Amino acid sequence: MPDTAANITELAKIERSHGYWRSVWTRFLRDKVAVCAGLVAAGLVLMAIFAPWIAPADPLDGSMIKRLSPIGTEGYPLGADELGRDMLSRLIYGARLSLFMGVVPVLIAFAIGSAIGIAAGYLGGWVNTITMRTLDVLYAFPSVLLAIAISGALGAGILNGLLSLTVVFIPPIARVAESVTTSVRKLEYIEAAQASGASSFQIVRQHVLGNVLGPIFVYATSLISVSMILAAGLSFLGLGVSPPNAEWGLMLNTLRNAIYVQPWLAALPGVMIFLTSISFNMLSDGLRSAMDVKQ
Amino acid sequence: MTSGFSQSDMSLIRVRDLSVRFAGTPPVHAVNSVSFDLAPGEVLGILGESGSGKSVTLKTLLRLLPERKATITGTVEIDGQDVLSLTGRGLADHRGGIVSMIFQDPSLALDPVYTIGQQIAESVIRHEGASKQDAMARALEMLELVRIPSAKQRLENYPHEMSGGMRQRAMIALALACRPKLLLADEPTTALDATVQIQILLLLRELQQEMGMGVIFVTHDIGVAVEVSDRLAVMYAGSFVETGSVKDVIRDARHPYSKGLLAANLVGAVPGTRLDAVPGAPPPLNALPEGCAFAPRCAVAEDLCLVSPVPLWSDGENRWARCVHAKREAARKDRMGAGN
Amino acid sequence: MSTPILSAHSLVKHFNAGGFGAARKVVRAVDDVSFELAPGETLGVVGESGCGKSTTARLLVQLLKPDSGSVRYEGKVVGPELPLKAFRSKVQMVFQDSFASLNPRMTMIDAVAFGPTVHGVSQSDAIRKAQDLLDRVGLDPARFGGRYAHELSGGQRQRVNIARALAFDPQVIVLDEAVSALDKSVEAQVLNLLMDLRRERGLTYVFISHDLNVVRHISDRVMVMYLGEVAEIGPAESLYGAPCHPYTEALLAAMPSLDPDQRTMEAPLAGDPPNPIDPPSGCRFHTRCARAFGPCSTQIPPSYTVGRSHVAACHLNSVKEHVA
Repeated sequence: MPDTAANITELAKIERSHGYWRSVWTRFLRDKVAVCAGLVAAGLVLMAIFAPWIAPADPLDGSMIKRLSPIGTEGYPLGADELGRDMLSRLIYGARLSLFMGVVPVLIAFAIGSAIGIAAGYLGGWVNTITMRTLDVLYAFPSVLLAIAISGALGAGILNGLLSLTVVFIPPIARVAESVTTSVRKLEYIEAAQASGASSFQIVRQHVLGNVLGPIFVYATSLISVSMILAAGLSFLGLGVSPPNAEWGLMLNTLRNAIYVQPWLAALPGVMIFLTSISFNMLSDGLRSAMDVKQ
Repeated sequence: MTSGFSQSDMSLIRVRDLSVRFAGTPPVHAVNSVSFDLAPGEVLGILGESGSGKSVTLKTLLRLLPERKATITGTVEIDGQDVLSLTGRGLADHRGGIVSMIFQDPSLALDPVYTIGQQIAESVIRHEGASKQDAMARALEMLELVRIPSAKQRLENYPHEMSGGMRQRAMIALALACRPKLLLADEPTTALDATVQIQILLLLRELQQEMGMGVIFVTHDIGVAVEVSDRLAVMYAGSFVETGSVKDVIRDARHPYSKGLLAANLVGAVPGTRLDAVPGAPPPLNALPEGCAFAPRCAVAEDLCLVSPVPLWSDGENRWARCVHAKREAARKDRMGAGN
Repeated sequence: MSTPILSAHSLVKHFNAGGFGAARKVVRAVDDVSFELAPGETLGVVGESGCGKSTTARLLVQLLKPDSGSVRYEGKVVGPELPLKAFRSKVQMVFQDSFASLNPRMTMIDAVAFGPTVHGVSQSDAIRKAQDLLDRVGLDPARFGGRYAHELSGGQRQRVNIARALAFDPQVIVLDEAVSALDKSVEAQVLNLLMDLRRERGLTYVFISHDLNVVRHISDRVMVMYLGEVAEIGPAESLYGAPCHPYTEALLAAMPSLDPDQRTMEAPLAGDPPNPIDPPSGCRFHTRCARAFGPCSTQIPPSYTVGRSHVAACHLNSVKEHVA
């Protein structure tokens, strides 16, 4: 056996294989559709962050004469809404609240739902049965109804909308987390780790998390678009975001009366919602296939 | 026994220079200029490890490879038909009519939503245009032929209602229902328990003799190959490296890979002693070395082995090995034989 | 026999196979299995699917809790007398599926080093040990240490699994069909490695396989299981040479002959092994046994000593004893 000094130099010499995430990245880059979707999504996020710098006008500043100006009006490239506010600026600012309502509830639900699902999946037995059946009760309600019911009970407002959407997304995420964890738990490397004498906590941290978080995360990203549409729906009903804030769902609601006067104008917020949800969906599809290393 | 036949027009199968490439960068050379004949009623065992190209060779004979991905070159004639040019109706008659196949996993061949009887009858109706009653009668006859107990009730069974061994028998009955001239068997006993495996092997041997069909039996297990075959072909990295009668290959293997396989199967090994194991692993099929593909693992390899084409040692049409050393050793034995 | 290093005492494990109340179905996976392992010996375990080999292995390494019975390490009952964690470092297991038994997100060096760190070895010492072990099982740590499971061949992965088991400096390794999924030429390499390690480290193996040739080659003693019970156990030579249970005879006769002049002419048994959900009464083998007689269908055969440390559970041996 070589001496320790030689061993330590040996340590440094191990060629780290390109690594899991690196190979996921190269595979992702090969998927043209997913890369395009990723660029669109990134663009939308940047647009939301830098809205004050990009937007040509104040989104709350209306002009009664310019009400419902068509697309292409001088100084109003995308027209003006029913209160004469610049549509382009409102759409840009609207990205802030819309994306916020799309992403944040999903992130919170991802954290809570994964914790519940992984615990239920790893522990199995009656813990699993009780947890999952309880969540099934929530799952049984259509998500729109559940979101409306919760926000209706709590009252309008961004925070209440956020809360209701989070509650809506916990059961599906927990369910996916539970099924992924259950299938991983049956694999022999978990048995091997158990045979090594490792505690449940060590096994979950070292062997389970890395193998289940990826798939759960991919599933969660596919919920972002659902969350955005639900948030838009809440705003449309007068729950969630309240005027005069710019939010795509709310804009769709208020412009609906103008649909016979300026149909193209009224459709613009819907186009943005569509664009965002489809780009996030394709991004998550691309991630899913890139993460499947065994191909 | 059919060794020594030479007129190829007599043969059931005539394969010449068959190569199969799968698209990829670089392309995968799954089968590399394989040539062989099979006489009617002969059983050829193809012996090889995973990735040796044995299953691909078999699928080519039935044209089961995905046409977009696989490029097939060479000639394949079965019963006088050019298999590679078959299309439409001709291909349908070829599959299941002249040539039939059995698999390792019967669930691939049996449809879970039809009874065994319906499936066999369906095949008979399609290929022979028989009436429904005749077809059912044939189905019963087939189940009796493969010795399924209380065959009449079994006709009404769905595949999942049968045990593993019974399902395998049912698959054989289905494959033989239209009296094929050639049966292709792809590891049909590998998933079975030892005591069931031997039953199926003996059944196949009996049926082959009764029906006089030709059989190609692909397996990784030398013992299984010896039980059923007249002739053996050893396959490595997409090529046949040695062929001969079962006795010749088992008792007097000439190719170092065949010798290694025999040693790994513990032929003549003393318990507890180290095995004469072949080191390393087969080369990836998308990066085959020049010359003999086995040379990187071969204990007696030399510079000559790295040159294509590898010389052929041959002792009759159906006894040969593709190896520099086999050729040289044979020459030396001949000289010694002459000296005595 | 001196103090056995590992012993199983009347292990029983039944699994629920669905149904409630009277219709409840139970798989009798392992029923009253006892055996002992002398230090340094290799016990081969053979039998067909559903005979309880793998369940026995998992009971032996305490991955499953037995319904009743116990496992002892050097005479101490695991659990009450010997803490589980201490036992874990003494008895290790290698599984059949080399891919499923490695974490796909872990490099090989980390996979081997994980065990020692669980037992309090520092990270750098564990990695150093893992390098030595990878080297010992024939994988250059500089080339393979940083790779992931899907970048290795089946044989290489199984070498890593062996290295991982060795990382605990165990006394006993349970090999559950550890070479069955490998190609023959690779299987021979791994068998050589196992035999070398056994000699170097004085290891005791429990070698589970369906391949009687391989078991014969590597084992000192062999245990034959049928439907959750031990049919026969004895020294490899006498068990293969003069089997004392008709099931052992049948298994041996079912091995394909490697002699083209002496092909098998008759299958030793008809039909498939029965379902372990509802095993036959008396001797569980009597439904397939050509030589079953009076007591076989009603009385469970006791273990007859038929030779030096050779035991068979078959009523025919009582007749033999009377004759002798």
